[in-house]
Amino acid sequence: MEALFPLGVGHYLAGGLIIGLGVSLLFLTTGLIGGMSTVFTSTWSFVSRLPFFSQPRFVDSRAWRLVYAAGLVLGAAAWFLLAGHDDGYRVSIPWWQLAVGGFVAGFGARMSNGCTSGHGICGMGSLQLPSMLAVLTFLATAMVTARLVLMFGGR
Amino acid sequence: MGWLMVLASGALFGFGLALATMIRPEVVLSFLRFQDFGLLLVLGGAVVVTFLAYRFGPRLLARPLFGASFGKHPSELNRNTIVGAAIFGVGWGISGVCPGPAIAGLGAGQWELLIAVAAMLAGAWVHGRLAGGK
Repeated sequence: MEALFPLGVGHYLAGGLIIGLGVSLLFLTTGLIGGMSTVFTSTWSFVSRLPFFSQPRFVDSRAWRLVYAAGLVLGAAAWFLLAGHDDGYRVSIPWWQLAVGGFVAGFGARMSNGCTSGHGICGMGSLQLPSMLAVLTFLATAMVTARLVLMFGGR
Repeated sequence: MGWLMVLASGALFGFGLALATMIRPEVVLSFLRFQDFGLLLVLGGAVVVTFLAYRFGPRLLARPLFGASFGKHPSELNRNTIVGAAIFGVGWGISGVCPGPAIAGLGAGQWELLIAVAAMLAGAWVHGRLAGGK
């Protein structure tokens, strides 16, 4: 067990169940499907006049998606305050990895119309084959890439 | 009431991401490098709960408690879904950051993730620009 889970299992399992409860609460109370990557496109509809961003599926959902994103920030802040995890943790990944990786991930997630939450949780939670294939695909490329990054001097 | 529910749902999601340490890119990268399989438990736990809600919610309730109808977001099996997923994986493997944790991490004071959030916004803009009216 310790070889597979050096940091323990409890917080991983509890975290996953709570994430599932959040997505479920959204669905049962509002009927909405709560993937996270769309907010990065729908928010552009506030400022861009490009036809792509003006599609109803983005304009009509941009408000609740921002509220949902604000909820994510609040929830993580609550964990930070409640659990007393003021352990001085700082993200140690170099800025260029966050910038390049974030850009590529943002582009790819929108092209694929889903990410770890849209395809990974919502898509697999509704047993959709395309989402399952998307998850297998991004897990494979991510595992290869993460290894290559080390070879090229990244963290 | 619906808005409050959206906020509360997001908060649960964000709390879960933080508790699972998924907001730490180092943990995600260690999973992708087979050093810690914890994220399988995160994904598995989230999928099982979501599956139950998606499957039995519409059977037990005529409609959502504060909404008009249960939505669907069918994923399509086409080139964009798979090629986009492959590209997303490359970005995830470089940064250890995906959309939800990038946003949630800000709430835990990980302001370095603002770089990732800004970059994701830029990536989404370029995608929209290239995708045109489709």
